Amino acid sequence: MKIKTIVLILLLFPALIGCAAGQAATPSAGTPALEAAYIENKGSDTIVNLALAWAERYQELHSEIRISVTGGGSGTGIAALINGTVDIANASRQISPEEIKEAGAKGIKPVEFVIARDAIGVIVNPKNPVKQLTLPQISAIYKGEITNWKEVGGEDRPIVRLSRETNSGTHVYFLETVVRLGSSTDKSIFSPDTLLLPSSEGIIAEVRDNPNAIGYDGLGYITPEVKTLGVAKDDRSPFVLPSVATVNSNQYPIARDLYMYTGKPPEGAVKTYLDWILSPEAQKIVQELGFVPIK
Amino acid sequence: MPSSRLNWSEFIINRLIQLAGFSSILFVLLILYFLLSEGLPALGMVPLSTLLSTRWYPIEGYFGILPLLLGSIVVTLGATLVAVPLGVCTAVYISEVAPQWAKEVLKPLVEILAGLPSVVLGFLGILILSPMLRNFLSLPTGLTALAGSLLLGAIAIPTIVSIAEDSLNTVPRSYREASLALGATRWQTIWGVTVPAARSGILTAIMLGIGRALGETIAVMMVTGNAPVMPAGLNALFLPVRTMTATIASEMGEVASGSAHYHVLFFIGIVLFIFSLIVNVTASTVGYRRTRRQERLLS
Repeated sequence: MKIKTIVLILLLFPALIGCAAGQAATPSAGTPALEAAYIENKGSDTIVNLALAWAERYQELHSEIRISVTGGGSGTGIAALINGTVDIANASRQISPEEIKEAGAKGIKPVEFVIARDAIGVIVNPKNPVKQLTLPQISAIYKGEITNWKEVGGEDRPIVRLSRETNSGTHVYFLETVVRLGSSTDKSIFSPDTLLLPSSEGIIAEVRDNPNAIGYDGLGYITPEVKTLGVAKDDRSPFVLPSVATVNSNQYPIARDLYMYTGKPPEGAVKTYLDWILSPEAQKIVQELGFVPIK
Repeated sequence: MPSSRLNWSEFIINRLIQLAGFSSILFVLLILYFLLSEGLPALGMVPLSTLLSTRWYPIEGYFGILPLLLGSIVVTLGATLVAVPLGVCTAVYISEVAPQWAKEVLKPLVEILAGLPSVVLGFLGILILSPMLRNFLSLPTGLTALAGSLLLGAIAIPTIVSIAEDSLNTVPRSYREASLALGATRWQTIWGVTVPAARSGILTAIMLGIGRALGETIAVMMVTGNAPVMPAGLNALFLPVRTMTATIASEMGEVASGSAHYHVLFFIGIVLFIFSLIVNVTASTVGYRRTRRQERLLS
């Protein structure tokens, strides 16, 4: 079990007590639809903050519902779904055919919901003349094969690579999708002189001030003080700037869907919760947390 | 009756004080036990050749702690070079040279500096120091070991100044008067009599300052860039580094409990513990020996 899980449980504890207290009060409200329910939600660490924010907001609106959110990774969440211990599994990747088969053997038919999208923008200093890069170029830069901006059409300046810390989901996603170009057999890693900064703010501040820097971050964290690059999948593809529109039309290459899975077609409290998640109000929280809303 | 009650309270107070004294020993031992029990399994899970390699990338199983070790040493040495001359000279100035009004202003100011949260200094480091270093030295980036050293120097200086100044103050007035009466100048008195007499206190001050720099985390994490590069030669000061403290702080929160990565982080904690132990033991033995010698000379 990850330490984060424990922290989340501790954080949720007062909320749970509060809900228990609220529950006693609900019968007097008298609406039969307000039945007490407990939703267990587990999975991807990328989504965990989003899921927590949703759960907190939802519990404020519906005091009769208790939602427990834990992380642990997409695989852990789906495994728990297959074992029937959670109602909703969070995943930052699609469920694999093997997992569907395994679930089928236990009589569980996972239902998929795309609940948000995650896009990563590649950023440079506004003074840097480079406007766009291809994925193989970005990969070569982060692997340490390209070390000067003039090799990719910029000025004669050294490249300073910035990255999030290795414990960040964004770091791992960038490693797999960009540095390794999505190949599962590629074992290359970041160049050792890549600066690992502890926060998004650190990356934005350094890119804003340093004309040598290149960085990446979730779309929602990028401020107008830095320049976002257009990215092309390869030499033949067009360069695309990330935006809600290009991410939703699958044109921008460094983006992925974020999923929630239920073990059977949702009903009751789980269905109301998932419907609410897809509503404009809940999708506004998506944007606040740096992800791309689906509508 | 009153006298027996007095004895009783005397007894209880004595025991309470004794307990407080022993508790610190107990805490250190418990911490040591915890560190060893969590850190030593790393040796069984990760081969020594991996631990002593030069690449740190824990999520792919690269557990080389050498760049982190050397990173800490580079930053701490840099901080020592900044803090010791400045700190000791400031202490000498405040205690020996400064007029009364300057003393009254400087002493509290130094104490305010000591109370400044290091995260605040870290912000100054990111927003002011590192862009300045990049522009003046035309470095690729200002987030370097040098930025870390300068910040840590600033953090260690108040510790050094206040302890060194206290020990200079305890040098008896008669030493200075005797030296001046023999015809020594003020500078000769400071350099030849007062500072040597306070030597053990000044050394303790320096060692505590170094310990403070070695253990500092958040400010270092913010300004050194955290890139686990192997420092090679003098220019390592102008490159990013990753220290042991920053590694533990940034990775411990997300690591799976009981994994190899988890135990290696505690192993780094053991290394850090040994480092500060060495610094402290050096401080106390050096200080002790100097006092003995000095007492002989002066008696």
